[in-house]
Formats: sequence, C-alpha cells, structure tokens
Amino acid sequence: MLVKIIFAGFGGQGVLSMGLNLAQAAMDEGKNVTFLPSYGVEVRGGTANCTVAISDDEIASPVASSPDYIVVMNQPSLVRFQNQLHSGGVMFYNSSLIETGITRGDISLVAVPASEMAESMGSARSANMVMLGAFTRKTNVVSLDTLIKGMMETLKSKPKLIAINKQALTAGYDLAQQKAHARNVPGSF
Amino acid sequence: MDGNSAAGEGAIRAGCQCYFGYPITPQNELTEYMAANMSRRKGCAFIQAESEVAAINMVYGASLAGTRAMTSSSSPGMSLKQEGISYLAGSELPAVIVNISRGGPGLGSIAAAQSDYFQATRGGGHGDYRTIVLAPASVQEIVDHTHMAFDLADKWLMPVIVLADGMLGQMKEPVQFHHEAPEVLPIRANALRGAKGRPSRFIRTCTSNVSEVEDLNWSLFRRYQLIQKEETAFDAFEVEDAEMIVVAFGIAARMAKGAVKNARKDGLRVGLLRPVTLWPFPYDVIGELGDRVKQFLVFEMSMGQMLEDVQLALKNKAEVSFYGRPGGVIPTSSEVHRVISRLYFQKGLGRL
Repeated sequence: MLVKIIFAGFGGQGVLSMGLNLAQAAMDEGKNVTFLPSYGVEVRGGTANCTVAISDDEIASPVASSPDYIVVMNQPSLVRFQNQLHSGGVMFYNSSLIETGITRGDISLVAVPASEMAESMGSARSANMVMLGAFTRKTNVVSLDTLIKGMMETLKSKPKLIAINKQALTAGYDLAQQKAHARNVPGSF
Repeated sequence: MDGNSAAGEGAIRAGCQCYFGYPITPQNELTEYMAANMSRRKGCAFIQAESEVAAINMVYGASLAGTRAMTSSSSPGMSLKQEGISYLAGSELPAVIVNISRGGPGLGSIAAAQSDYFQATRGGGHGDYRTIVLAPASVQEIVDHTHMAFDLADKWLMPVIVLADGMLGQMKEPVQFHHEAPEVLPIRANALRGAKGRPSRFIRTCTSNVSEVEDLNWSLFRRYQLIQKEETAFDAFEVEDAEMIVVAFGIAARMAKGAVKNARKDGLRVGLLRPVTLWPFPYDVIGELGDRVKQFLVFEMSMGQMLEDVQLALKNKAEVSFYGRPGGVIPTSSEVHRVISRLYFQKGLGRL
C-alpha cells in the first residue's frame, strides 16, 4: 500500500501541521512515512502546501505528481492542485472558503465546512484539525486514537492547545461519519 | 525529524564539539538545531559566524586544537568555503562539512539539486587534494553518514563532506539514533593543545621549500590510494540478471530505485547501482558490471556530472545514456520509470 496526500491552503491555516500530524500518526502505527514541506519563498497569507507519503514498503519518492488525496483549504489551492489529483482520487475541500471552481468530474468530493465549525467552537485556527478529523474518518489511513496521541506529542510544548485540537479532530471525524451514513456513497457526501 | 536537524543530532551524538554556521536556505534548520542543542553537552561551542569563510576558518582553528569540528552550508556557501577546505586538506586536519545542496550556478535556486558533484569529488579548492564524499539517500542515512564522517575524518586526517540536497534537508522521516555522544574522545597526536614539556609542533601549509610540499603531496596521494581501496561503498539492487543498470546517487537513487522496482514489475530486467561514497568512487564495481551489462543509464539532478565517472569506469565497454533534471526541478519516480522503459525497448533489450 502506498498513499500520497497533498495538503494545501493559506500560510497560517495550519496546512503543514495537518500533514505533520498525519505523518506522526502513521509513523506511530509503524508505517514508512515521508513529510515534504513546500519550500519556496512563502509567507503568512501566501500559499503553503506539503506532501505526505505513507507506505508499508520503502518510499521511493517523497514527491507526489498525482496524489491519491488532496486536501484544499482555500480557493487558490483548489485552482493549483485539483488537476494533479489522480483520476478516481478524493478531494477534501474547506467548503467555508471554497464555493465554486470544482471542474473535475472523475473524482470524489468531500465538503467539510472546516472554518465555520472551528469558529463555532471558538477557535478559528483549529479548522485544520476539523479537516484532518474528517480526512481520517473517510480514508482510514490512520486511526483517530493514534492521531490524537500524535497531536498530543507534537503539541507537548503547548499543552493549552491540546484540548481544543482534540475537540476539533473529533468534531471533524464525527461529521464525516454522520455524512457518510446520510448519503452512503463512499468518498462522496 | 527533518534531514537538517538529523544531521545536527547525528553530529552531536558523534561527539561534535564545535559547530560554526552561517545561514543559507535550505540548510538553516541545521544551524538552528545546533544553536539550540550544542549547549546540551559540556564544553561544546556554537558560533554563528559572520560569513561562510569565517565559519570554515573557525573549523580550521578548532580542528587544530584537536576537537571534532563541523560546519554546514548550501551550494553558494560551499563555494566560499573552498579555500578553507583546501587549507584543511593541506594541513592534514579532520573536519566535517555538510552540504545541503541547491540549484546553481550562481545563487541559482533554493530547491534541491545535485550539481555540486564535481566540486565535492574533485577537491573543490586549489591544489592536489581530495575529500571523502558521502551521499545519503534518506534522513536516516544523514544521521548515519554524519556519524561516519567524523570517524573517517579522524581516521584519515582530512575533511569529509556529507553531500545531501535541499529535499533531504527539508523532508521529515522517522529516524533512529544508535549512539550516545561519547564521554571522552581520543586525543589526536597532531593537535595543538599547549607545548608544555615537549617541543613545539608546526602545522602549516606554507613553506618556501618546494621539496617539502612535494613530499606532502606524495604522502596525501598514497593515503588517497589506500582510501580508495578501503572506504569505497556502494549499494547494488537487482543487478545480478540485469540487462540494463541505472546509476544514481542520493535522493535521485531513491527515486530510481522506485522506478527500477516498477520496471521489474513490467518484466524489464533492470538493476540499480548506487555509489554511497562519491569519492572514492566505485570505479571497479561498475567496470566489472560493464563486462556483462552493455547498457547503462545515469540519472542525476544535474546536467550530468557523475556521468563522467561512470564513463571512466566503463572505459567504452558499454553504452552510457543520461537523464537529468537540473536547476532545482524535482523529477518524479514515474518520470524515471518512463525513461527506463523507453531506453530499454529502444535498445532492443529483453529479447531472447
């Protein structure tokens, strides 16, 4: 099994920490994993992205030319990455900030109102964790438990943030679960 | 852990006592890591120097005093360090230099490239000298190679270069550390640590006596011959029955390995030869493979530098093709797979 995922969004939306948390969880589950941040002249408010590869086997390349999943947190990322997604792949998008512009018909879509949900929890910055929770529920790449444990590990220097991040991960996870039952179409709800 | 920090932790656990850095993308995390962590052990020094030239000369001083010293940079910064590296070689002093290379020439780009191969393997500065060059292909190997580099430098009394690239430096992978920092390091015989109770030692590269310099060159040359015999390292993958062999190093070798695996799934008899030490280069191994295999493909993230060493090794015994992406463009494993397949069928390989 080899899965490649691109996470993309505004710098400051926590796009890299989404990827890093997933990579940490996959590592904790004994998988081979690489995490490659975009390394351009990127700034807060600009675009940021990272690629995570997870495999049972040795990973040849940390780069994804046609990823199995993409997670886009804003409109510019949608424009930049939707055409890279592998045919039949799944795109998770932040439906709070992305309203139009999805042109692919050969992929599955998962809409997650990540920003709105995070704001309703009183922490707009946790939109990334809402999204990651939903991603985990739909893809089963890692378990929610390992993801939460991994998050606690990466945030051990900032213990104040653990509770809200846990809440956000779980909320995203539960949302994806409800929606999956509602429509019962794998990867598309 | 990212590759840059891994090089830092690997160095600390190898007993690195002095680190001198100067910022340059994409190796900044290494300097940052050393700034935060060199103070963990007693008696260790971290200095952010005023320039790359200052940093390498601080390494020279620290090495003269008998400590394990290191600096790191990326391609344009490495060019600036070459004078110091030549002096280290001429003074027979150990040092470790990590190059997280990027696209060139000039300031080039900040993305990963492998175009510093010539500079690293041919000495880089002026004079008749070599440096041992290790080329890791994963974050784990960055740890292992940095450790090895300190041991090799002390063993052969010369600068050792760890040549990685911007992608290895930036990417994160799981790593394991197998060593704790040694409590006591052996004291080198040629160190300057105070001449109380013994005659003074002279360590210098400048003399008006040319025959002294000739002697030094001969002594270095003989040492380099021994190193070629003893330290050459490579990885061979699926070469036994191969009709075509891909030669690649570092991160490119890793991509090539994925491509070779996929080509094997298609039934193509392809193998991979990866030099782990770029100098000394595994000329003999490649030469012997050339007695049997008639088609080689060299793959590099440059316009073809290691290519020349492969050609030297093969002495026209086999055909050598080349595929490269220079300047910081990152090729994909599937791209290399396509190149392998095309060449394989073009040359009519795999037919009974």
